[in-house]
Amino acid sequence: MELLIFYPLAGFCVVLALGVVFNNSPAGSAISLIGMMLGLAGIFILQQAHFIAILQIIIYAGAIMVLFMFVIMLLNLKKGDDTGWISRDRNLLLSVLTGLLAVGILYKISDVIFTRKMDTPAILPDSFGTVANIGETLFTDFVLPFEVASILLLAAMVGAVVLAKTKLD
Amino acid sequence: MLEDTVPLSHYLMLSATLFVIGIVGVLIRRNVIVVFMSIEVMLNAVNISLIAFDNYMNLSSGQIFSFMVMCVAAAEVSVGLAIIISMHRNKPTVNLDEFNLLKW
Repeated sequence: MELLIFYPLAGFCVVLALGVVFNNSPAGSAISLIGMMLGLAGIFILQQAHFIAILQIIIYAGAIMVLFMFVIMLLNLKKGDDTGWISRDRNLLLSVLTGLLAVGILYKISDVIFTRKMDTPAILPDSFGTVANIGETLFTDFVLPFEVASILLLAAMVGAVVLAKTKLD
Repeated sequence: MLEDTVPLSHYLMLSATLFVIGIVGVLIRRNVIVVFMSIEVMLNAVNISLIAFDNYMNLSSGQIFSFMVMCVAAAEVSVGLAIIISMHRNKPTVNLDEFNLLKW
């Protein structure tokens, strides 16, 4: 039953990820990316990580992608602004090498994945992936990384304001 | 004939596929924004395998890790987009090939 949900969701995510890479207009890429993130939230729910699924929707599909859309609108990017990658010299060679690299990486990873026997999953308790469970781990074992993350976000916020300002005064 | 649960290898395969798509995007596209979005695809691919291993071994540290990945991604996106905006102000293009000031 889970497989019946998994395969369409996974196919949806892969198709939309390809859409991000091969779309001509940046706005189309951004919309594909939003769809991919929603699909990934579905996959996280399938893995019973409900908290992370909700965070995925709120942070990625909500906040980060809105920021992307803002910048695309601000820079006024249009369809076909970067045709350079088609017409560049040596692009055919680069594309072939990239394709070979991609297929090689995928082959190696799938080789490793499918030769290991990983078919004895642990029994999951009902509390797996709930906010209470994650919060307990976050505030006992991972307090220091949590605090450091808050400093990181503060620094990123200040940095973004400073970088995007027109004139420093 | 369908099994009850999804095996771990399927999740890892999905993760690897998305990661490779992200790498291809970074390598072949020259639009700054699209390259940036491909990096987001790669970060998300890593999150899938973190949570898959978490689910397989009944831990919660992998979910904390993917939470941290999201934090770093948010910081990275805000700073990166600010850099893109200020680069665009100096040179009104989004083509990465034209930003070659530091190239020898």
